[in-house]
Amino acid sequence: MTVAVPLSLTEAFDELSRTPDARLIQGGTDLMVEINFNHVKPVRVIALRRIKELRRWQINSNNTITIGSGVPYQEMELGQLKELLPALAEAARTVGSPQIRAAGTLGGNLGTCSPAGDGLPVLFALDAIVHLQSLKSARDLSIHEFMLGVKRNARHANEIITGVTVPILDGWQGYAKVGVRNAMVISVASACLAIDKKNNSVRIALGAVGPTIIRCRDAESWLEQQIDLAVATSIDMTMAKEFGRRAALESKPIDDHRSTAEYRRHAVGVLAQRLITRAYSS
Amino acid sequence: MNETIGNEMYTLRINGQDRHVKDAWVGESLLYVLRERLELPGAKGACEQGECGSCTVLMDGDAVCSCLVMAATAVGADIVTVEGLIENDPSIASTAEVIARQVTDVQQAFIEEGGVQCGFCTPGLIVAVHHLLDKNPDPTELQVKESISGNICRCTGYGRIFAAVEAVIQVRKASR
Repeated sequence: MTVAVPLSLTEAFDELSRTPDARLIQGGTDLMVEINFNHVKPVRVIALRRIKELRRWQINSNNTITIGSGVPYQEMELGQLKELLPALAEAARTVGSPQIRAAGTLGGNLGTCSPAGDGLPVLFALDAIVHLQSLKSARDLSIHEFMLGVKRNARHANEIITGVTVPILDGWQGYAKVGVRNAMVISVASACLAIDKKNNSVRIALGAVGPTIIRCRDAESWLEQQIDLAVATSIDMTMAKEFGRRAALESKPIDDHRSTAEYRRHAVGVLAQRLITRAYSS
Repeated sequence: MNETIGNEMYTLRINGQDRHVKDAWVGESLLYVLRERLELPGAKGACEQGECGSCTVLMDGDAVCSCLVMAATAVGADIVTVEGLIENDPSIASTAEVIARQVTDVQQAFIEEGGVQCGFCTPGLIVAVHHLLDKNPDPTELQVKESISGNICRCTGYGRIFAAVEAVIQVRKASR
């Protein structure tokens, strides 16, 4: 086994073009668990943690933010990123523990592509663009095309996920998750809601209740027809409940070691209802 | 410079010293390397999946789970283990005092307040508390709780641990 520790993207692409079978490792919070438990034994590993280009984020002129794939979650919890992307900040704060958030990254979440990844519902709700780059080319993929299934994504073996771009929206946004306790927990069910006042739209994305993150298009368009999202100051409970019911219907949960399908479907409905209520009570 | 590390040797910067890791499988976790190869058994191994925090060390100033760090990828990082904390203890003024004193102010407070029972989680907690108080000398109760939310203790019920943290905060405040 070999481990390469490139210090720049150029070096990383160089390495990856020589060894396209290499496993990429960012914070290590997923891959090391598999290695510690002897579930995988990689032959070649390329560690991306020392590539400074990936650890930056920036505000773009078209009112979007590009976040490098190596920015740790702890940076999203605070400061300007928290102000501009509050749902991402809330999701980041629910990731594991401070120790995990110091290491874990959006790039890792995207690379692993677990439906329970806490960053992913936010990226789906915001219609994020995923940036992929290889030695000779670069391409941008919508998050909806990037995530293909449980731990499957559209990244080619010779590509590195360099970052994501998300819009800065005008409107309330938040993230909520259900687990067996408050801290240190993998989602049983999760949801991200974002209001886009400019386009008079609502976006709701569900995590851990299907093979990919699920956008509830029916619940979204239903609510958009019920109220004017840009000017509404409150939402009545019946409407919030119906929104939750419709969102739950769009989930596709399964029974597994973490929970049952029945409970998950119920839980995401409650989360959707709770988020839309919060959106119009603050 | 790009480094590709095979099984021959790599060097880690731990507690201010260059430590060579020889003839080791490069997929080993930092926790394993610290304990089994470098004679630094302070960090403890329990869950090996980042859930318990008993293996917490500082890496480039961040508290991380050493079980989730592939040791060979930590080349170039500044690593501090529980054994190395005393060097950076703000309550200790001189090298002579480092040698004379066995424990840091946080460790002393854990002893005095009864924050240690079986002791297995203690090294991880000590590192996490040092990390918190170095970044934020006057944390709120919620900040203290959140900062050790990744360190699981099955004995104390946390009450004595919070008391120990509070004691350190007060002592450090008084000496500022």
